[in-house]
Amino acid sequence: MITIEGLTYSYNTEKKISFRDIIIPQGEHWLLLGESGSGKTTLLHLLGGLLKSQQGKVIVHGTDITRLSESGLDRFRGQYFGFIFQKNHLINALSVKNNLLMAPFLAGLKQDEQRVDEVLEQLDLRERKDARVQELSHGQAQRVAIARAVLNKPSVILADEPTSALDDKNCNRVIELLLQASSQNNATLIVATHDQRLKSKIKNQLIL
Amino acid sequence: MNLFFLVWNYLKSKPLNTGLNIFLLALGIAVITVLLLFNNQLQEKIASNARGIDLVVGAKGSPLQLILCNIFHIDFPTGNIKISEAEKIAKHRLVKKAIPLALGDSYNGYRIVGTYKDYADMYKATLASGDWWKNDLEVTLGSTVAALSGLKIGDAFSSAHGLTSEGHAHEENRYRVVGIMNKSNTVIDNLILTNIESIWRVHEEHHDSIRISPVVHPSSIVRSVEMGDSLKEVTSLLILYRNPLAVMQLPRFINSNSNLQAASPAFETARLFSILGVGVEVLRGFAFVLIFISGLSIFIALYNSLKERQYDLAIMRSMGASRAKLFVAIIMEGSALTILGSLFGLALGHGVLWIFTILVVESQKAGVTATVFYPAEGYIFGGSIVLGIVCSLIPAVQAYRTDIHKVLAGN
Repeated sequence: MITIEGLTYSYNTEKKISFRDIIIPQGEHWLLLGESGSGKTTLLHLLGGLLKSQQGKVIVHGTDITRLSESGLDRFRGQYFGFIFQKNHLINALSVKNNLLMAPFLAGLKQDEQRVDEVLEQLDLRERKDARVQELSHGQAQRVAIARAVLNKPSVILADEPTSALDDKNCNRVIELLLQASSQNNATLIVATHDQRLKSKIKNQLIL
Repeated sequence: MNLFFLVWNYLKSKPLNTGLNIFLLALGIAVITVLLLFNNQLQEKIASNARGIDLVVGAKGSPLQLILCNIFHIDFPTGNIKISEAEKIAKHRLVKKAIPLALGDSYNGYRIVGTYKDYADMYKATLASGDWWKNDLEVTLGSTVAALSGLKIGDAFSSAHGLTSEGHAHEENRYRVVGIMNKSNTVIDNLILTNIESIWRVHEEHHDSIRISPVVHPSSIVRSVEMGDSLKEVTSLLILYRNPLAVMQLPRFINSNSNLQAASPAFETARLFSILGVGVEVLRGFAFVLIFISGLSIFIALYNSLKERQYDLAIMRSMGASRAKLFVAIIMEGSALTILGSLFGLALGHGVLWIFTILVVESQKAGVTATVFYPAEGYIFGGSIVLGIVCSLIPAVQAYRTDIHKVLAGN
C-alpha cells in the first residue's frame, strides 16, 4: 500500500508543485496521466525514492521513505521497487541474463538463476537468455527491461512512459505484459504516461 | 554477478580501448623493468668482479681501459710492464698481495689469462673436474667457456692474438685443457687460465725457447725468472692493500714515481656508471612519460565512458546500488587496467630481456639473465595500483555524484 500525504516538491524558489493525497492499495494498477511538464515524472520519482521531497510523506509498506537516509533509500529501492523507463536502459556490456542478475545483486538479494529462467519464460524471452543487448530488437529489449523490473518480485512497479516510443502492436504487448507480470507477482503497478492508448487498459486513473 | 564480473564486462565491451590502455602502460613498465633488471645485474656483477681488488697497476694509458681490461676483460691492454718495475711495486710495504696478469691471447673470444692460482682463489673459484694448471701450456677453463666452446679435458686448441677469433693464430704451441672450474658468477667463468710462462712461450714463436739456465734469485712476480729481470713483461698487477692507509698513499706513489699507472676499480666503475647513467636516465625518463600518458589515457577513457554510462549508473542506483558501490566500481575499473598493464609490462620486460640474452651471446657472458626478480618489481606493481586509483578518482567522484533523478527524467 502506498500513501501520499501533503507532498510538495519545489523545483526552485518560484516553481513549486503540490500533489493531492492518495492511497493506493497493494496490487492495484494505476495510471498517472498528464501533459509533459505536469509533474508525472516528478511524482513517480518521488514515489520511487529517486528524488527526495522537501515536504510531505510518501509511505510505502509502512515506511515513510522521505525520512530514509541516502543509503537507506538505496536499499529500500532495491527491495521494494521495480522501475521501467521509456528507454530500456539495459547495460550494453552485459548479456540478457547478466542484466537480469544485476537486480538481485544490486539489491543485495540472492541471485537465483531459476527465477531468471522463470521470468524470461513469462516474457517469452527464453531463447534470448545469452544474447547481447545490442542483438535484441526494440520490443525484446523493452521486455528484458520489464523482466529486470519484476525479477526481485517488487511490491511496487513504477513505469515512466513505457510505451510512448512503441507502435500500436508493441504498445499493446508491453502493457499487457506489464499488467500480467505485476498481477503474477502481486505488485502494485503505477504507470506515468501521456499515451492515450493506455486509457482503456487501466481503470484507475490519476490526472495531474 | 559481482562487482569484479561487472567491471570485467565493461572492460571487455571496449576491447580496443582497454587493449590500448593496457598496452601503453605495459610498454612503460616494460622499459623500466628491463632497465631495472639490466642495471641491477650489471652493478652486482661489477661489484662482485672488482671485489677484493683494491688497485690495478699497468702501463700508462686510460685508467678506465686498465680496469676494463684487467678486471672485466672486455678491453685491450694498455701495454706491458717490466718485471723489474713490477717488483718495485710488489715489495712496497702497503701492498699485501700483488697478483700478476699476462694477457694478449684468446680462444673463440674467451681471453687467456696467464697468472697464478691466487687469481682463481680471489674469486673463490673451485674445480668442477680435472686439475688446476701446473705446467706450461696447460689451461683450466671457466665454466661458461667450457659450456659454450665445447672444450673438454684433454682437448687441445691454439690461441689467437687479441680478443677476437679472427686474430693471428699461434699454431706452433697448442694449449691443453687439464681442468674445468665451477660456475662462480664472476668474470672468471669467461676466462681460460694458464701460467705466465705459457703466454710468453706462445708469443716467442720463432725465437729460442725459454732460457734453461737455473734461476738463482727468483723474482717475486714470476718465479721462473731472475729477480730484477728487465726483459720479461707482464700486463698488470692486481694489488690488495695491506691497510687503509694505502688508499691515500699507494696510487700517488705509483703514479708519480714510476712509468706505471694505478687505477682504482671502485673509482673507475663509479665513473663508468656516471657516464652510462645519462643514457639510463634518458630511457627511464622516456618510460615515465609513457606511464604518464597511459595514466592520462586511462583517465580520459573512464571520464568519457562515464558520459555514455550515466544511464547505466542511474539505473543501477534505481536497483539499489549505493553511491559507494558505484564509486568502488569505477576505482576498480581504473585499477584493473593498471594492474593488468603492469603485470603485462613486467612479463614483457622479462620476456624482452630473455630474448635479448638468447640473441646476444655477450649478455650471457656478462651474466645477465631474465629469470631473476627484484623487490623493486613489487614496488612497480604497487605503484601501478596507486596510479589506477589516482586516474579513476575524478571519474569515480563523478559517478558518486550522479543525480539519478535528472538522468532518468531525461533533462
